[in-house]
Amino acid sequence: MATAEAMARDHGGADHAGGTYAGGLWSWITTVDHKRIAILYFVTGFLFFLIAGIEGQLLRVQLARPDNRFLDPDLYNQLFTMHGTTMVFFAGMPLIVAFFNFVVPLQIGARDVAFPRLNAFSYWIFLFGGLFMYASVPLRAMPDGGWFAYMPLTNIEYSPGLGMDFYVLALLASGVGTIAGGVNFFVTILNMRAPGMTFMRMPLFTWMALIVSILILLAFPPFTVGLVFMMFDRMFGTHFFDAAAGADPVLWQHLFWVFGHPEVYILILPALGIVSDVIPAFSRKSLFGYPVVVFSGVLIAFLGFGVWVHHMFSVGLGPVVNAVFSGATMLIAIPTGIKIFNWIATMWGGQIRFTTPMLFAIGLVAMFTIGGLSGVMHSSPPSDLQQTDTYFVVAHFHYVLFGGLIFGLFSGFYYWFPKATGRLLSERLGKAHFWLTFVAFNLTFFPMHFSGLLGQPRRTFTYASGLGLDLFNLLSTIGAFLFTVAFVPLLLNLWRAWRRGEAAGPNPWDAPTLEWTTASPPPHYNFAVVPKVDRRDPLWHPYVAPGLGWAGELEPGGASPRLQPDHPPAPVHMPDPSYWPLVMAFGMGLMTVGALGSLALVLCGLAVTLVGLFGWAFEPPERGGH
Amino acid sequence: MEGPTSTGIPHRKLAMWTFIGSECMLFGTLIATYMIYRGRNLVGPYPDELLNIPFITVTTFVLLMSSLMMVLALSAVQRGDAKGTRIWLFMTPLFGLIFLGGQYYEFNHFVHEGLPLSKNLFSSTFFVLTGTHGAHVAGGVLWLGTLWLRAMGGKLDARHTETVEIAGLYWHFVDVVWIVLFTLIYLLV
Repeated sequence: MATAEAMARDHGGADHAGGTYAGGLWSWITTVDHKRIAILYFVTGFLFFLIAGIEGQLLRVQLARPDNRFLDPDLYNQLFTMHGTTMVFFAGMPLIVAFFNFVVPLQIGARDVAFPRLNAFSYWIFLFGGLFMYASVPLRAMPDGGWFAYMPLTNIEYSPGLGMDFYVLALLASGVGTIAGGVNFFVTILNMRAPGMTFMRMPLFTWMALIVSILILLAFPPFTVGLVFMMFDRMFGTHFFDAAAGADPVLWQHLFWVFGHPEVYILILPALGIVSDVIPAFSRKSLFGYPVVVFSGVLIAFLGFGVWVHHMFSVGLGPVVNAVFSGATMLIAIPTGIKIFNWIATMWGGQIRFTTPMLFAIGLVAMFTIGGLSGVMHSSPPSDLQQTDTYFVVAHFHYVLFGGLIFGLFSGFYYWFPKATGRLLSERLGKAHFWLTFVAFNLTFFPMHFSGLLGQPRRTFTYASGLGLDLFNLLSTIGAFLFTVAFVPLLLNLWRAWRRGEAAGPNPWDAPTLEWTTASPPPHYNFAVVPKVDRRDPLWHPYVAPGLGWAGELEPGGASPRLQPDHPPAPVHMPDPSYWPLVMAFGMGLMTVGALGSLALVLCGLAVTLVGLFGWAFEPPERGGH
Repeated sequence: MEGPTSTGIPHRKLAMWTFIGSECMLFGTLIATYMIYRGRNLVGPYPDELLNIPFITVTTFVLLMSSLMMVLALSAVQRGDAKGTRIWLFMTPLFGLIFLGGQYYEFNHFVHEGLPLSKNLFSSTFFVLTGTHGAHVAGGVLWLGTLWLRAMGGKLDARHTETVEIAGLYWHFVDVVWIVLFTLIYLLV
């Protein structure tokens, strides 16, 4: 590998289009570049998203008509478990982390994350966790206890076989990478901001990444402990959830939901951060009420730790407990509503451009509001007792997670795609993708409000005819397949950008934040000159800061200032590639496989892990740079 | 590539504090589970029949002394005292090993007295909680032992103050957790 200086020279010029993409397979395996790791996360997460989507479509085929026998009940249980677990842990979270990786260092004016090799490790262990979980498919041992895996249903007596072991071990392994990522982004955002980038000047997406890092750090450990308890109950005969030994199986529900509710905000807050950057960019107006939007995010995260019992209203914990958690849940509607009003107020009086990212962002505002309203409905225990375990809840969380998270991710995808690839996407195909997705989404999930209120239970493989459910279920199934149609313009768009996409230039949207000051795709070192920041939305005020280092010249004939010079004035030291994170993740992967029943393999994996750890610890981060 | 940081705190030190914050939730959950299930055993042996407070008081004292050794090790590294560095970086993990030996003896003794892992709620919660702590001690012994070997090879000096300090942060945290466990499991039995 070239020295850092050579790399800086190689990719420092105008011809840096290959900076992120040049090099063979080995350069991807050993990469520690946050932009490449972002792409690895995105591609892997998107493949899991498609797989989980197909699982959802199989569920919808089974439910297309009453008394259907397309799937047998066992397979149906396995498929809804895999669908939920994959969507949350192996599609939603990695896609979010992909955006963290790509956008956060660029938005704060940093050259990478604080711990580039730890970042690579997080990716590899997530990949092994996902592959391990899907090894259950050829073995015909898919987990079947739901993504929530309630005890005692999932103990060894009621869930014999390896299915739930795959669930427990896959989530324990990938959870290690998630916590490592939480540490990494927390330190990166606190410690690596460019000069002048105070907290209250950070772009909203970076703010939400900071909050989500804290949520990950505090919410994943209780889940890890719960998983360890479940593993010990299943494998070593302990009694953590064994009522016959005096234990309380409801403990699992507490441990799961004290993680599971913050997890909901881990998933949604980044999407809200994306639209908080996209809406101002396409309204040509700074975010309305920036501090209030920031503190609303903080408040949502804080309250998010005090509402987990609203997933357990039907357990019967008593009216006082339910009332307290009901009140706390209703409080969350306030900061969420503040955000929605602030987005609308940002658009109000702005010069709105209805580009594809803007359409997805506005789609989020509308769809997430619907999901929020049904959420407020079942924050009230008497109402919840009617709705719990029905399709009404399925409708609610798909409006939040698809209408919120996925719309937000698509918005971010269309927004930052030109930055990541240097190519523009077709607006016409993008809009086709948006409208088809919008229709498919509402056709699939809106009827579930009705089938749910009519009493159709979740997680039940079929229903009888004559209950008024037939039409709603058929509509949902048609909608589920319309998603496949909606996918076509996206693929065409990617293919078109690949073959003949127009060059994007540094700032195709005339957007205001730091990532748009550098080339598209950014050079290896991101910024030739570390930018200095003296206000929010610095690119919309590029000429009022003479002498601040980055204040740029006007490109001939263009309104879009090009703020970064083509070459770094001095050599830039960047961390060297490393294969040790992969070795360590591979060792932990071996331990995970071995935990299914081979002590020898566990010890072998432990040895490989230690080799990786020591190789990593004694490897200088930059060999060639000095 | 690490220059001055925005907060003035080095990346690695901030990361260790962050990790310790996350670990508080891990041990907090384990401890909460132990406390919720305390006294709910349906079958014996019960904790008050087995827990040997004088013995564990001794190993607890050894572990606390290891924290003192750690402080002395860091002080020696900061002063550039190579001999002191070697001595105290040897003593710290050695005391950790003695503590682990005590835990090994205790676990063995409990199993012989009829309390295997799968016996009752006490065995489940006790072994998993103290075992998790023991695993943390073992990780710290490995880390500090590696630093000691580096010091013996003359590769650890005042330039590595931050490295030793961060290992020390972890080690003190693990000790503090044990003080909580000692109080809640043994003194409150």
